[in-house]
Amino acid sequence: MADASLSAPAPKLTSGFRASLPVLFLLVAGFLAPLVTVAAYAFATPKSFDVFRSFTLQNFAAIFDPNNTVWTSFVWALALAFACVAILLVVCYPIAFGLNKVFGKWSGLVSVLFVFPLFVSENVRLYGWVLFFIKNGVLDGALKWLGFSGGPELLYTPGITLFGMVYVYLPFMLFPMTLGIAMIPRDLVDAASDLGAGRFMIWREIELPLAMPGILIGALLTFVLSAGAVAEAKILGGQSVITITQDIEVAFTYAQNWPMGSALALILVLIVSGLALTAMARLDLDKILGKR
Amino acid sequence: MSSVAASSLPDSSAATKSPRPVLQLVDVRKVFDGFAAVDGISLDIEEGEFVTIVGPSGSGKTTLLRMLAGLESPSEGYITLRGELINDVPSNRRPTCLVFQSLALFPHMTVGDNIEFPLRVRKMAPEERRKRALELMAKVRLPEDYYAKNVMLCSGGEKQRVALARAFAYDPDVLFFDEPLSALDYKLKKLLEKELKDLHRESGKTFVYITHSLEEAMVMSDRIGVMRAGKVVQIGTPEEIYSTPADRFVAEFFGEVNIVPIRRAEGGWVRRDGKPVAVASGVSIDGDEANVVIRPEYMRFVTHEAGADNTLSGTIFNEYSLGSRLQYQVRSRTGRTFLVEVPRAAAWKGDGEVTIGWDAGNAIVVGG
Repeated sequence: MADASLSAPAPKLTSGFRASLPVLFLLVAGFLAPLVTVAAYAFATPKSFDVFRSFTLQNFAAIFDPNNTVWTSFVWALALAFACVAILLVVCYPIAFGLNKVFGKWSGLVSVLFVFPLFVSENVRLYGWVLFFIKNGVLDGALKWLGFSGGPELLYTPGITLFGMVYVYLPFMLFPMTLGIAMIPRDLVDAASDLGAGRFMIWREIELPLAMPGILIGALLTFVLSAGAVAEAKILGGQSVITITQDIEVAFTYAQNWPMGSALALILVLIVSGLALTAMARLDLDKILGKR
Repeated sequence: MSSVAASSLPDSSAATKSPRPVLQLVDVRKVFDGFAAVDGISLDIEEGEFVTIVGPSGSGKTTLLRMLAGLESPSEGYITLRGELINDVPSNRRPTCLVFQSLALFPHMTVGDNIEFPLRVRKMAPEERRKRALELMAKVRLPEDYYAKNVMLCSGGEKQRVALARAFAYDPDVLFFDEPLSALDYKLKKLLEKELKDLHRESGKTFVYITHSLEEAMVMSDRIGVMRAGKVVQIGTPEEIYSTPADRFVAEFFGEVNIVPIRRAEGGWVRRDGKPVAVASGVSIDGDEANVVIRPEYMRFVTHEAGADNTLSGTIFNEYSLGSRLQYQVRSRTGRTFLVEVPRAAAWKGDGEVTIGWDAGNAIVVGG
């Protein structure tokens, strides 16, 4: 082995490459292979399991058929995801800012506490909200007990679906955002103020640009997660709107049409990764951090 | 020039004859959790002066500067700027500017954008801003093509110049400096010290500089204030501080010195070993204990030909070359170490057993 690597003109296996083999194997087996399989299924004969043995565009033809209304599921999923990210940006920024003000360098650690609810299954937490909002539930019942006419009918609407998504994905926005804000050196804010800048200008010119890496990572993470969300629309939304993930799930389970599910999944992956990569390309971490 | 103002109220200064100070501090204190970082400082800073506050780390000099810049407000006392009380005026409403130790350059901006920041705050037109930024860059000797350069790609000395240009762009009445040169190498530091002094002269602005380096203070300042444990121990011209330190702390802070503790006895002063000490006439010391401070260059080897007012014997145990001068470490009989510095031409030729001494006129007597 040692001889081969010495005498060979271009050794194929450098020690670095050999050391990376376990990770490469993991990536290929755990990440690339399933993706390739899904992509292959998308081109298989509909309602069959002829993966790698058939090639057809029938699944895509069916999806893009003008009579097919599956596009509404894409629209709902993406609209809900965008709305969720937008709300989280507005909700989390003040919290992250406050955490940094109050806890200083420990704010990152404190924001981890917001992750604790994740130890409880998402479904359990969502059913908790169902009990809260349901007729004669916590909200409605309490209001009636207090003599009011009862709570509003919130359950099983697109609005409550959005609420569920905001609730579930909040830690994924808050944590990177808090870290992003914590990265702003105190001196820079002091210096900007010393040079005459008011609170708003300091925020716009110094704090926001310097916290941007954390904010963008949070936005990206929550967007990808909420575009793939399914439980909120089912449990809280009561299928008042169908998101694309639910269509994919149905195709794989009840309909037993794996090629159709794969084709839908492939399109979703392309849309989400296209949007994410566009955002990533504009997010130049080195430039923002001034390391280049 | 009255250096340390008596604890007078701010408006009483108008009655004094000296030009009205641009900055006046009266009994300023800053307490953090029961600890007084700045413990009662009164100080007048005149228009156009270059004042340096020197002190070891933890002496409260940065806290003092942050109060002057408006980044902290004093717990007690008054700070006035041109006679106006500014204790609680926020930093963005003060005509003062601080150059931070970290320089605090905005990493996501170009050199030009950094310098133009205070001009953008004032909503100056873009072309005018650019013109002013280029003028300032020329003033601090930054090449014009640095205008569009990422500020984080600049070298240490260049960043220094950007920070300076940005401070000047704010056009403050008083500039504060928080050890901005501490991170630079010796040669660059020396160069920038002189440039800073030039800028001070050209601009006619008031500079307040803090540092722990005496050398830096000596080169640039009109007046030096020495801080210790939240108080200004002494303030005066570099010459005054060097030749007549107020106490042992100041004397020791200003470089290597020999210190001989003395006490009052019948008919004069004596050393610890009981030998009488010749003290220059006219020295008056309160109390019964004092220290004689002799700089190494005034300590010399005593021979039959050349005697000295005060002598002690000891053994040479180290010899250093300081370039044109030589320094010897001599251990006395009582185990104390003394420094003797002589020109290279006067190198000690004899054996290690020596007698060293000093003349009363070359020694300074300071209180305990």
